[in-house]
Amino acid sequence: MKTNEEVREQEEARDVGTLVRVTINGREYRARRGATILEICQENGIPVPTLCAHDDLTSAGVCRICSVEIEGSWALQTACTMEVHDPGMVINTHSPRVRQARRAILELLLAEHCGDCYTCAASGTCELQEIADDYGIRELPYERREPRFEPDDTGPSIYRDMNKCIQCRRCIRTCDDIQSVGALGVFARGPEAHISTFADMPLGDVVCTNCGQCITHCPTGALREVDHTPEVWKALEDPDKHVVIQTAPAPRAAMGECFDLPPGTSVTGRMNTAMRDLGFDRIFDTNFTADLTIMEEGTELLLRLKAALVDGDTSMKLPQITSCSPGWIKYMEHFYPDMLDHLSTCKSPQQMFGALMKTYYAEEQGIDPESIVTVSLMPCTAKKFESDRPEMVDSGHKDVDYVLTTRELAQMIREAGIPLPILEETSFDEPFGDASGAGLIFGATGGVMEAALRTAYEIVTGREVPFDNLNIEPCRGLEGIKMASVKLEGVVEEWSFLEGAELKFAIAHGLANAQTVMEMLRDGELDDLHFIEIMACPGGCLGGGGQPMPVNDEIRRARATAIYSEDEDLPLRKSHENPHVAYVYEKFLTDGPCGHKSHDLLHTHYTPRGRELK
Amino acid sequence: MTTRTRIDWNNVVQDVVDMRGEDHTALIPILQDIQRSHGHVPREAQNAIAIALDVSQARVAEVISFYSFLTEEPQGQYIFRLCQTISCEMDGKDEVASALERALGIAFGETSEDGLFSLEYTNCIGMCDQPPAMLVNDDAFGGLTPQSVQDIVADYRRKGEER
Repeated sequence: MKTNEEVREQEEARDVGTLVRVTINGREYRARRGATILEICQENGIPVPTLCAHDDLTSAGVCRICSVEIEGSWALQTACTMEVHDPGMVINTHSPRVRQARRAILELLLAEHCGDCYTCAASGTCELQEIADDYGIRELPYERREPRFEPDDTGPSIYRDMNKCIQCRRCIRTCDDIQSVGALGVFARGPEAHISTFADMPLGDVVCTNCGQCITHCPTGALREVDHTPEVWKALEDPDKHVVIQTAPAPRAAMGECFDLPPGTSVTGRMNTAMRDLGFDRIFDTNFTADLTIMEEGTELLLRLKAALVDGDTSMKLPQITSCSPGWIKYMEHFYPDMLDHLSTCKSPQQMFGALMKTYYAEEQGIDPESIVTVSLMPCTAKKFESDRPEMVDSGHKDVDYVLTTRELAQMIREAGIPLPILEETSFDEPFGDASGAGLIFGATGGVMEAALRTAYEIVTGREVPFDNLNIEPCRGLEGIKMASVKLEGVVEEWSFLEGAELKFAIAHGLANAQTVMEMLRDGELDDLHFIEIMACPGGCLGGGGQPMPVNDEIRRARATAIYSEDEDLPLRKSHENPHVAYVYEKFLTDGPCGHKSHDLLHTHYTPRGRELK
Repeated sequence: MTTRTRIDWNNVVQDVVDMRGEDHTALIPILQDIQRSHGHVPREAQNAIAIALDVSQARVAEVISFYSFLTEEPQGQYIFRLCQTISCEMDGKDEVASALERALGIAFGETSEDGLFSLEYTNCIGMCDQPPAMLVNDDAFGGLTPQSVQDIVADYRRKGEER
């Protein structure tokens, strides 16, 4: 017989979200009905080991390491998939049976996991290593499996060693669900099962955007970036080379995490000092070319608007879509090769910087461009692919020689024994100097749009954007797709055709969201839009595939806060007010934004690739 | 398998997709159709299916790799699948296996050069009451002996050569 209270509780519990009573390890908790046991444990600070679970992904329940015991249930259940519905569930997360089962699972996983921790890029961030340590695994009762796979080191961005794979499928779910790319799958069954690509082709040859989200979602070292540190060390050690580094806005908001600083700690000045200590000859800010991008891309947008609205020229496609994110560009080339003319022809800030470094900078400083080595620090693995694109040689040389991810530079700083957290702060070098906050916020989703609006609105109306303290809030936040508009009123004479127009724009991050936007555009639902910003990675560059691990929305928000508050503290917040940008147009790009010289050095074209595999 | 002319897989796929539809849930029926009509689903066809159904190539290929009755490599006109599960294993599977290899002239996992036969093991086919048992395409045979196997092979050889 049930007591009245139990009957009432059960009736209440029919609504998802109502509170139910559960007992975990002998203590009572109130839990949201429909929440998983794992969520309830995490909310209440009860540690449960996980491998296949990730905050960004749907539950899979394939690794079994989160097994827990539920009173009255014959089998152990996985906490990540088991939802609490009936009140009165009695859960034990560390009974002898649970610990024994987890240990057995762990030993079997480790017996299949080939690779030594001390040669592994994931050592220290590896989730498998951490759990093995928690369980005090000192020896294995099983013979270890022989390596089955040849590591794939042929790609431009991503290195895969499937011998370290534990088949949690986080990479597959990331590639499918977050990025809508589908480069990876599970092949064969039972002991032969493994994660691979179509026909085991190298990742560089299949439909892959090089975004690296598979890396940041991998619990082990099976996936990592292609390592450029040996080449960079070599350049730094060569006295005849003039080695310059440009640093993107997102790494400075995350690098601290590699040195145990809390997420959201901005280390811009300390990182500059560390790079100087490593021996880089000049430290430049990619935000400078982000400002330049705003001038070029903003001008391009105004030209497209003029062509469409005044000249009735339909060859200039609207909406214009941003082109800063190389993962996004490759996605477009594969999935929307017929819509490439929507993309801005602007190179990404990284490539603009590279092209200027070996032309303008070399001339200014009287340095032979042949002896300049341009390195870039990026939150991104696709930037490695981008720098290798055959067309990125407009300076007459390879515009960007090497790309380091945030993780790679952190590793170099550690190797050199440089104590980043306690370093003094130093600023960027001339002649590019400190850039604007508009360039800085490129690192967050919506940042390019916000930066473009701060400039475009002011050029067209002669007034600042009508948002409190220049913070264009509708552009900010982690919502997958954002749409907004700004009304242009009281425009200056030159742009009189825009009087009363409503500038409509959309922002998407993560390629699955980008796909939604592109399908809407294809279906004619976004014909009234003027400008779309798309970033391949969730959260924008701050959540890039080259950023520190772990990552989730909480960490992305912390990094975004670091970027936005640094922007707010800068004296310069609009790209068109950057004096160095004005100087470059005065001295070097003398025919102005979107002029001839700009076109030669700062603009590019795209390659329709399609999805067919050879 | 009788013709060796070059197959236009895009056409093959298009015909099947026209019949089964472009929804991704049609993937398995499409694969089964092509497997039935052409004895395998090669990579060229997988590529075309992926594009027609708007799914990734990896998705198509992993489904084929999961199911024993779908193959990427060409198979014989008649596929002999001998059950290797307990009842058959305990009741003379090994002798029947050797007899099959002799009669077909191929080892397990192989396809004969004339494209007539393939030989492989299968897990339980639900004929545990008549061990040892096997399937030849969709036909089931139970209570096999080394002798009965020879007759069955001879029958199929005749059928195949008549075609």
